[in-house]
Amino acid sequence: MRTHGIEELLSEHPVFRNFDAETLALLVGCGRNEHFRPGDRIFAEDGPADKVFVIRHGDVAVEIATPERPPIIVETLHAGDLLGWSWMVPPYRHMSDARALTEIRAVSLDAECIRRKCDDNPALGYQLFRHMLPHMALRLRALRLQVLDLYGPERGLT
Amino acid sequence: MVKAVPPDPMIPRRYRVRRAWNEMEGVASVDLDPLDGPAVAFQPGQFNMLYAFGIGEAAISISGDPARPERLVHTIRSVGKVSAALAGLKDGDMVGVRGPFGTGWPVAAETGRHIVIVAGGLGLAPLRPALTHVLENRADYAGLTLVYGARSPDDLLYADEIKAWKSRFDTDVEVTVDRAAAGWTGRVGVVTTCLERALAGLDPANVSAFVCGPEIMMRFAVKSLNDGGVAQSSTWVSLERNMKCAIGFCGHCQFGPDFVCRDGPVFRYDRIAALMAGKEI
Repeated sequence: MRTHGIEELLSEHPVFRNFDAETLALLVGCGRNEHFRPGDRIFAEDGPADKVFVIRHGDVAVEIATPERPPIIVETLHAGDLLGWSWMVPPYRHMSDARALTEIRAVSLDAECIRRKCDDNPALGYQLFRHMLPHMALRLRALRLQVLDLYGPERGLT
Repeated sequence: MVKAVPPDPMIPRRYRVRRAWNEMEGVASVDLDPLDGPAVAFQPGQFNMLYAFGIGEAAISISGDPARPERLVHTIRSVGKVSAALAGLKDGDMVGVRGPFGTGWPVAAETGRHIVIVAGGLGLAPLRPALTHVLENRADYAGLTLVYGARSPDDLLYADEIKAWKSRFDTDVEVTVDRAAAGWTGRVGVVTTCLERALAGLDPANVSAFVCGPEIMMRFAVKSLNDGGVAQSSTWVSLERNMKCAIGFCGHCQFGPDFVCRDGPVFRYDRIAALMAGKEI
């Protein structure tokens, strides 16, 4: 029942919904349901990037720790978003912290399991990256706007 | 009594500062009381030329309630000598006012539709009259959504009003900031990341969008609205240029074939899309 539930959840997600049933079944084999309470640390900077999360419900803060100051929230993620991409890039360590702002329900996919299946089946790997890349590109575009600091005061005007 | 048009657009009228208050660091609002005659009606999105006597004049959007023109409210960010003088006005000070000038948000023409207001930073100020108008005439519109982006939680303009708008059952309000310290439980990310969600469940053919903020933000916000099915012909933006005469004579604010002071500041996006994509116009 649980596996069937994950398959249904993934098949409705924009990244996975165009996968054929056989490919989806391969990914579902790496998946499990997850639950976090508000304030829970989902993963930590420099920790092993051993999972990618598909957020089903709730809000997650992606944070960067700073010395002698509270951490800075650089991005929040919400239902439908993917959390974690370091699992795709060696050395597979997280570059930020992730913390549950609210109660989180998510599907996690075991990164090693997916990487192994992709190595065994390059067509799966190609399909996975082809559908994940647009999601990552959207996030990158948004972050580019964010670093422009558009709302800061403009000096030298009237 | 409310008068429609001031007699001479080049002669400032005297206004007394009824009340001045700080909105946040470097940003203040003033509520002005007319001394030289009755209050002047304005359209949401129009601006006035405010004259700090002996220092200079600056174009400032009207941010008050269009149904109450006798309380003429402007929100000013201190960025230069003139705006610093205007943002530093105190209760009882005198200021010169020319206006109102320019085009407004088409709130009257867009009745029956779902209004999506997208504001970035101080761009909320020129949109507040439109928002106020829609809220006061809420039954005339299919829906109202505000998506507001600011630099940080400390930089949220009209924070108390945002709380009040959020508490209404007939209005969707989405606030996001570019960065926040731990403890902030709202969204972090640029406004464009909120638009897909804001449009979810809406018929894009019935959406009219009003967008104001830094020009880059507006360009990308319109693109996101467009990706969500909202036509450029149903999207309006408010442009900011260095204005002097405010009546289309001096040419300081020329934007392609238009003068922002006279033909804008509010433009329907499909009319200016090509210019918005150009460089250094």
